[in-house]
Amino acid sequence: MIITVASGKGGTGKTTVAVNLALSLDGAKLFDCDVEEPNAHTLLRLGELDAQSVEMPTPHIDQDKCTLCGKCAEFCQFNALFVGKDRVLVYPEMCHSCGGCSIICPEDAIEEQPRKVGTLFTGEANGISLVFGELNIGEPIATSVIKAVKSRMKHDEVNIIDAPPGTACPVIETMQESDYLLLVTEPTPFGLHDLEMAVNVVKELGIPHGVVVNRAGIGDGSERKFCEERDIPIVMEIPFDRRIAELYSVGTPFVEDMPEWKERFRDLYGVIEEVVNSGE
Amino acid sequence: MVSEIAVISGKGGTGKTTVAAALIALSEDTVMADCDVDAPDLHILLKPDVKRKSDFSSSKVAEIDPEICIECGLCEDKCRFGAAHPPEIDPIACEGCGVCKLICPEKAISMRDRVSGYLYESETRFGPMAHARLLAGEGNSGKLVTEVRNLGVSLAERNKSNMVLIDGSPGIGCPVIATVTGIQLSVIVTEPTLSGIHDMNRVIELLQRFNVPGLVIINKYDLSMENTKKIEKFCRQNGVDVIARIPFNPIMTRSMVALQTMPEHAPNHEITGILREAHQEIVKKIEK
Amino acid sequence: MKVCVTSSGPDMDSPIDPRFGRCAYFIIVDTDTMQHNAIENDAAMASGGAGIRAAQTVASTNVEAVITGSVGPNAHPALQSAGIKIMTGAVGTVREAVQKMKQGQLQQISTPGPAHRGMGMGRGRGMGGGRGQGRGRRNM
Ligand code: SF4
Ligand code: SF4
Ligand code: SF4
Ligand code: SF4
Repeated sequence: MIITVASGKGGTGKTTVAVNLALSLDGAKLFDCDVEEPNAHTLLRLGELDAQSVEMPTPHIDQDKCTLCGKCAEFCQFNALFVGKDRVLVYPEMCHSCGGCSIICPEDAIEEQPRKVGTLFTGEANGISLVFGELNIGEPIATSVIKAVKSRMKHDEVNIIDAPPGTACPVIETMQESDYLLLVTEPTPFGLHDLEMAVNVVKELGIPHGVVVNRAGIGDGSERKFCEERDIPIVMEIPFDRRIAELYSVGTPFVEDMPEWKERFRDLYGVIEEVVNSGE
Repeated sequence: MVSEIAVISGKGGTGKTTVAAALIALSEDTVMADCDVDAPDLHILLKPDVKRKSDFSSSKVAEIDPEICIECGLCEDKCRFGAAHPPEIDPIACEGCGVCKLICPEKAISMRDRVSGYLYESETRFGPMAHARLLAGEGNSGKLVTEVRNLGVSLAERNKSNMVLIDGSPGIGCPVIATVTGIQLSVIVTEPTLSGIHDMNRVIELLQRFNVPGLVIINKYDLSMENTKKIEKFCRQNGVDVIARIPFNPIMTRSMVALQTMPEHAPNHEITGILREAHQEIVKKIEK
Repeated sequence: MKVCVTSSGPDMDSPIDPRFGRCAYFIIVDTDTMQHNAIENDAAMASGGAGIRAAQTVASTNVEAVITGSVGPNAHPALQSAGIKIMTGAVGTVREAVQKMKQGQLQQISTPGPAHRGMGMGRGRGMGGGRGQGRGRRNM
């Protein structure tokens, strides 16, 4: 089972939902795919962490073989190569690792070498297993680190994924192969607008989904109308509660101090399981 | 010379857009640019009247001609993004790298432009605005950010205004890099949560790399005085001024629900006063 | 001597475009005869690495120097490796910028300004006037 917690935009409480859900289920594992801003671990008490490099193949030019023909730079769609007067410059941070330049080089002067773009962390926190990735600052391409995080999932276990915010490619990369998507939103005009963007993506991917309304009760109820119109179930409402906000700010997942919520998250899981099983 | 100032936040949900909208309402002769192109929100508050709309195409996407393709499978083999499934290409996964076209023995593959969003030139009650919309699932927002910035600067030049206020995107990835490169000042909106601090540190590191001076606004500072102190200490150590501390108050959310900026919704409220002072600090810093 | 000026329009009286990578046109000028031709900068719309692609275009024209507002951290080493001098701090029209260069009023710089759109950074830093020992190197 893979449940991905997503939202059209950051700051809706997505991470809070993912963390609390994972802590409420026995044997669940938490995967933080927000590799630009991994946050789930800041809400947990971390034990020992194992760190591993995430690498991408990046061209290395054998300047002796190179005849400066210019074919590689002409081919590269991402402008990661420059052919100068006496050498070829490689801009590793531009490279998408497509491998095209080494195919096109007529002199066989390009060899790909691994380059570190981020780090994969695995460990235990609050009694559950946590995997998260961190993209190196200044690296523009997050998908490789996301793939590394996801590679640690086992399909026969309960995997809870905290997705990056937004609707761009890293989000799609994260959502692929999920069994269920929880879309977290806030009952404000911004929240509704972002939810709509997220719903559009999810519909395109065709994955079953439901909405969690965070800070429920502060708006005018337009999120309910929206969900009704688009035929999306609201599977949980978390009230606007100073206690929850305070626990969040000091980094305590609220299920730990408010055990009645553990029960609710378990019920939520029950609902999800039913939907997923009925789809098969 | 047009100055560009970006409001950014590292993490989403810190109240960045609310602060940016308030700053716009407090400024005169300022052009707005919503560079949070992945989830643009400013238009919800500012209700822009769109004057011009143009297509935004950032990348290419591969296409297989099924009449020519012999399904040899070479493209599937060489595509590093799992996008080639002859005789079809998965346009969502395709990065437009061109490798499949390069290796296809039958020349069955061509690359075409992908329309991935729209760019808008608008008028609002506070002046001109540049904004954009990225189609769902489209990447490459970095380039769209650059286009919105370019449009913002040309609107400013046309209107003889000397400042563009940018609502930046969260995170530290490509769109944020595109937002902050070469701007004159950045205003970081953070909150006293552990993740807020963590992300602010990363953003400040990024700004230092790009030689952009920063100012910090702490939103909901009274939710955790301990964390607020940590933020202030970190800022002091990094030579970044904290120019405002905004208390936790549902009025910020209420003004949003009412689709108004803070100065409009509650002109005499304490928080509006704090924002007004922050605005003056920003103007002072730019004039220096 | 052949130079390239980054320009917002296709002729000698167009205002220069201070951005190297994302300028609209490159005007290639023979400073002795003032003969010139314009090349559109197809990198202006590149999603990333505009400076690198622009540098490749300029390198293919065999000019000795580039006259612009400022050059970003990516394009800088590229132009250097192509043996092209970088003159920054130019303002006014293409024609005026070329005149200024002839009178020795532009600085040749050795350290890059910020990427995409530099604002006078190159100007302040390049005061050393072509001594070329990149001291204030960015930590990229
Ligand atoms: S691997 Fe692809 S992206 Fe990287 S330099 Fe080569 S052609 Fe460019
Ligand atoms: S294609 Fe090969 S030989 Fe040609 S410039 Fe590139 S590395 Fe050198
Ligand atoms: S390489 Fe060309 S011919 Fe072979 S499967 Fe792909 S598109 Fe078809
Ligand atoms: S263009 Fe690149 S990413 Fe797209 S299908 Fe071809 S090889 Fe794959």
